[in-house]
Amino acid sequence: MKRINRRLVLKGAAAGGAIAATEAVTGFPTVWAQNAKDITLVHAGGSYAAIKEIGDQASKDLGFKVVMQAITDDVQLNRSLTQPNTIDINNIDSTKLPYLAGKGVLASIPVEKYKLWGETVPLFTKGSYPNGQMASTQGLAPIEAMFYEAKDGKKLAGKPTEFLTMIPTIYNADTLGIRPDLVGGRDKITSWKDLLDPKYKGKTALVDYAPIGVMDVAMALESRGDFKYADKGNMTKEEIDKTIKIMIDLKKGGHFRSFWSTFDQSVNLMASGEVVVQSMWSPAVTAVRSRNIDCYYVPLKEGYRGWFVGLAPMAHLSGLKLDCAYEYMNWFNSGWQGGFIAKQGYYSAVPATAKKFLTPEEWDYWYDGKAAAVDIKDPYGALMEKKGTTRDGGAIWDRMGNIACWNTVMDEDRYLTRRWNEFVSS
Amino acid sequence: MTSIEHAASLLEEAPAEKNIGERASWWQVAPMVAVLTLFFGLPMLVVLVVSFFDFDRSDIIPAFIFDNYVELFTREVTLRLYAGSIKFALIVWAITLLLGFNIAYFLVFHVRGLLFQIGLFLLCTVPFLTSNIIRMISWIPFLGRNGIFNQALQGAGVTSQPLEFLLFSDFAVVVAYVHLFTLFMVVPIFNAMARIDKSLLEAARDAGAGRFRTVFEVVLPLSRTGIALGSIFVITLVMGDSFVVRTMSGGQSASVVSALQNEVAALQYPPAAASAVIMVIIVTLMVAGILRLVDVRKELAR
Repeated sequence: MKRINRRLVLKGAAAGGAIAATEAVTGFPTVWAQNAKDITLVHAGGSYAAIKEIGDQASKDLGFKVVMQAITDDVQLNRSLTQPNTIDINNIDSTKLPYLAGKGVLASIPVEKYKLWGETVPLFTKGSYPNGQMASTQGLAPIEAMFYEAKDGKKLAGKPTEFLTMIPTIYNADTLGIRPDLVGGRDKITSWKDLLDPKYKGKTALVDYAPIGVMDVAMALESRGDFKYADKGNMTKEEIDKTIKIMIDLKKGGHFRSFWSTFDQSVNLMASGEVVVQSMWSPAVTAVRSRNIDCYYVPLKEGYRGWFVGLAPMAHLSGLKLDCAYEYMNWFNSGWQGGFIAKQGYYSAVPATAKKFLTPEEWDYWYDGKAAAVDIKDPYGALMEKKGTTRDGGAIWDRMGNIACWNTVMDEDRYLTRRWNEFVSS
Repeated sequence: MTSIEHAASLLEEAPAEKNIGERASWWQVAPMVAVLTLFFGLPMLVVLVVSFFDFDRSDIIPAFIFDNYVELFTREVTLRLYAGSIKFALIVWAITLLLGFNIAYFLVFHVRGLLFQIGLFLLCTVPFLTSNIIRMISWIPFLGRNGIFNQALQGAGVTSQPLEFLLFSDFAVVVAYVHLFTLFMVVPIFNAMARIDKSLLEAARDAGAGRFRTVFEVVLPLSRTGIALGSIFVITLVMGDSFVVRTMSGGQSASVVSALQNEVAALQYPPAAASAVIMVIIVTLMVAGILRLVDVRKELAR
């Protein structure tokens, strides 16, 4: 295992000798482990990604300290821009890149520093699915977000280059969560347009966040045949107006029960039966199910809303600390993290490494969409799914291979925020 | 003669001591001035300056433009947000005033014995031992579609369908506000009433005034400082809130501050700053209005 090798190498170095390996041999910088043990890396990200156990394991494997800080999105943006020195490794979701790229706070990553690039799923390296078909480019697609034009990290390239914006880590396909027992069965909801079905009046909810809330409604409107968007992930002012107008009418007609702004709120809305169909994150669906309430993350025929997250080193890093940052980012996708996070339903950018840290039964359930051969446990050992259940949407590429639109920031985001405020206050 | 008047007359009589007295009082207010300047004045100044700045997606750009204010004043949504917040403020003010006045009246004039009074008063504050958030959120399972209240109503045969308006509605917002803020009305009114000389009430009764006339013509005017202070608390709290309105309306209603928060979340600081400046001006005017009706300073020195 790579991880062990590197650890042994570091240990050997600690015993007195410098690491013999040079960049020419391994593509790795020379790290003086004796000094590295005093290094502390601050890893900041959303609570779904900056998990303490991962930081602890990294510290154990690498010989320097990794501190996890779980922070909210707006705090992350603020700190990244105004106090960039307080973060070393920025665990950002792709939609933060339009805010941060070119601001001189993130460092670009030369491809050769990242050893696992060759094993990374082609979604990130080429913008295509494993079968060669190109992925949707509506919204901020991986191919648009992954590369800088040059080392200076001033501009996103939109095509493969030698300079990465971040190391892709986890990703998933989002859809609607439903209560099968209250809508009459899992097969009763098959399309995004069901979100707007008058049948569910007063029993639907959206996330209280303009870019995603509007996009989910756009998916529904398009599938209902109201109109076709050129790019749901980058609407024009007219498209925003048309969408918001319909949303205001729906809201006034009492179609929405609530708009949720935290994970817990979305779980409680569903568990209490206030809502029977809503936009939702996949672990929230699991959280409802763990209360013995039937909840289903329903595959819809128009496809999923995709998202992805990565690690970006901050621009202030240099010398030994930067070397440790590269070490850490390479460790991150070397398997342990991928195995841990798979049990929360997220995919690793390098599935082959995650596989080593999953039992064959777990791999079959999470990645291959097969019926669980044993009870499926979460990373902390609590029961998640009983033997015999199958993951909603099936195997990884049945889900990730069917992305209709990616989470994004629109060019007209200023206008969107304005119109969203009008919608909420209407 | 009160001590202040006494001191004032002393100062007038002794010009030589005046300087010392004046200098001493400057020193006395100095710490407060320093704290207010540092933690209120300066940040407010920054907000004011930024409200004239330009901005793009992630930067604020130093400039002196009025766009943020022009946009604020020309958009219909501003009016609607303020109308919404003021509506909540007035409804909550009226309910908390009614409750607060009656609770304080009961505590002061009906409960016999100081120990009992203080005991019951402390009982009023017990819910405040838990956090605001918990007290508010506990309403959600209570008022929900399948909540305790709806189940009780249906169980008792009062309704056949769950009442949907109970939660994620303006009703729910008002319930939470009243629950959270009534004590802010009770305390100052209790304090004002406790200072009323009981013999005044006896005099009113002896002069033939009924109970209601005594309340309206003696107790109410003499409690007005408490009412004014309580009103300031409740109105500023409601006007400045975003969390209660967002949670209890399920995001269906907005307040001025929740809209401002959406702007901050999208890193649009200059318009948010402009909105904050206008908000401060309006709330200050509301407080000034209350203080104009009741001269709290004068009354407290009474």
